Amino acid sequence: MESGNMRYLAPKTVTEAAQLLADSDGIARVLAGGTDLLVQMKAETIAPDLLVDIKHIPGMREITAEAGGWRIGAAVPGAHISEHAGLKADWPGVVEAAALIGSTQVQGRASIVGNLCNASPAADSVPALVAADARVQITGPKGTRDCAVIEIPVGPGKTTLQRGEIVTAVLLPARTGIGADACLRFIPRTEMDIAVCSAAVNVTLDESGRCSAARVALGAVAPVVLLVEEAADILVGSRLDRATLERLQSVCSKAARPIDDKRGTAEFRREVVGVMARRAARLAAERATAKAGEKA
Amino acid sequence: MSKTHVTTTINGTRTEFLCEANETLLTVLRDRLHLTGAKEGCGSGDCGACSVTLNGRLVASCLVLGVEAEGAEITTVEGMAEGGELHPLQQKFLDLAALQCGVCTPGILVAAKALLEKNPDPSEQEVRYWLAGNLCRCTGYDKIIKAVLAAAADLRGAA
Ligand SMILES: Cc1cc2nc3c(=O)[nH]c(=O)nc-3n(C[C@H](O)[C@H](O)[C@H](O)COP(=O)(O)OP(=O)(O)OC[C@H]3O[C@@H](n4cnc5c(N)ncnc54)[C@H](O)[C@@H]3O)c2cc1C
Ligand code: FES
Ligand code: FES
Repeated sequence: MESGNMRYLAPKTVTEAAQLLADSDGIARVLAGGTDLLVQMKAETIAPDLLVDIKHIPGMREITAEAGGWRIGAAVPGAHISEHAGLKADWPGVVEAAALIGSTQVQGRASIVGNLCNASPAADSVPALVAADARVQITGPKGTRDCAVIEIPVGPGKTTLQRGEIVTAVLLPARTGIGADACLRFIPRTEMDIAVCSAAVNVTLDESGRCSAARVALGAVAPVVLLVEEAADILVGSRLDRATLERLQSVCSKAARPIDDKRGTAEFRREVVGVMARRAARLAAERATAKAGEKA
Repeated sequence: MSKTHVTTTINGTRTEFLCEANETLLTVLRDRLHLTGAKEGCGSGDCGACSVTLNGRLVASCLVLGVEAEGAEITTVEGMAEGGELHPLQQKFLDLAALQCGVCTPGILVAAKALLEKNPDPSEQEVRYWLAGNLCRCTGYDKIIKAVLAAAADLRGAA
């Protein structure tokens, strides 16, 4: 690795961390699990002068119940997310999306916030976070703010985070009514590959089993994650029956704006992302119906 | 650039070292501490040959900085045998010929041990998925999977 003069600091408070990043002269980066950052440093696509490790800041490695939903600290690794029964019960799609990231070894370190802030169009956890309407808390040199997950990435490798800003947590909202989510990814292998495309669907059912709210997000078919409102509109008011899901599929295929690359042609991606969306919607519906059964 | 002083625990023993901020834990283990069990297959998180546990979690030590080891608990393949007696996983790998060149073996042993601590009775599919990040270019994997399942059975029998 280059960057022989790099400094590494592990502050104990987020204010200090934000200040260190803001005050640094050269290239400064937050270090969470390092599974993107260290690979980029080795490939010499980035040579930071300063790494600020956030893992020693209280709360960064914790999952806690908050306001009826969940707060996932920014440095919580995927393996911890998969082990959390409460989170899985409320947000099975978010948990399965986080579990898609890399191998067991990568799961031991990789955070969903790192996945988001690295801003790859193929980041596996992001569509599920967007479908869940998750928010992120941010601390910067000027104080704290929060925003929707979808507002963070603006293009490959680019985010709306300002100099010195650190994402401190992901906030998953409280589930209202009976609902569930699901996330599916297409890769040519069964493990360890980069998404050709992916889809996440989050549905809420009313007492009669009709869909009362929905969010549909697509991954790896545009420079950023896509929230497809037209697809959600198709689901709302329906019983998530076959004909509805087929319409969802075609709307998602049309909404996709993919590129050709070595992992798949644009045409293939457009086709497959629709299929992923239909299957994810069916899975989310099945999960929600099962929950309704448990409650009855 | 001045080196950083790091105090950590490796295989239960308090260990101190000096390293540069950009050195990986894998480099520290191998070149500074002479624990050469963990191997560098790829250096990019893809092969699992450098697997160790860090605070109880399986990680690729090529994607951990040495300085991140401060205050942590690390285990490596060197910590598996106890008092000269091989761990059941190591013994089964020998008995069932689950290695050829052996470059992947330390990483697979550490990874398999982490699995069995979490799930003492994994299915074949669970073993295969857990070890998906451990590449082996020699064996074709079948013997590795069989050895892990046999060691799991042994360990359950002994418990
Ligand atoms: C072998 C391998 C397989 C992989 N497989 C997948 C896969 O299947 N799917 C997938 O989506 N990704 C995959 N990845 C990429 C990577 O593991 C993920 O993107 C991971 O979620 C990154 O999280 P991290 O905590 O390791 O981030 P880091 O590497 O620590 O950080 C990533 C970026 O985000 C910034 N950052 C991190 N945390 C914050 C914060 N709190 N506030 C502000 N900025 C922050 C960092 O400065 C850096 O620029 C893989 C990587 C490897 C090495
Ligand atoms: S050397 Fe670390 S994963 Fe290959
Ligand atoms: S035995 Fe040679 S790589 Fe596995």
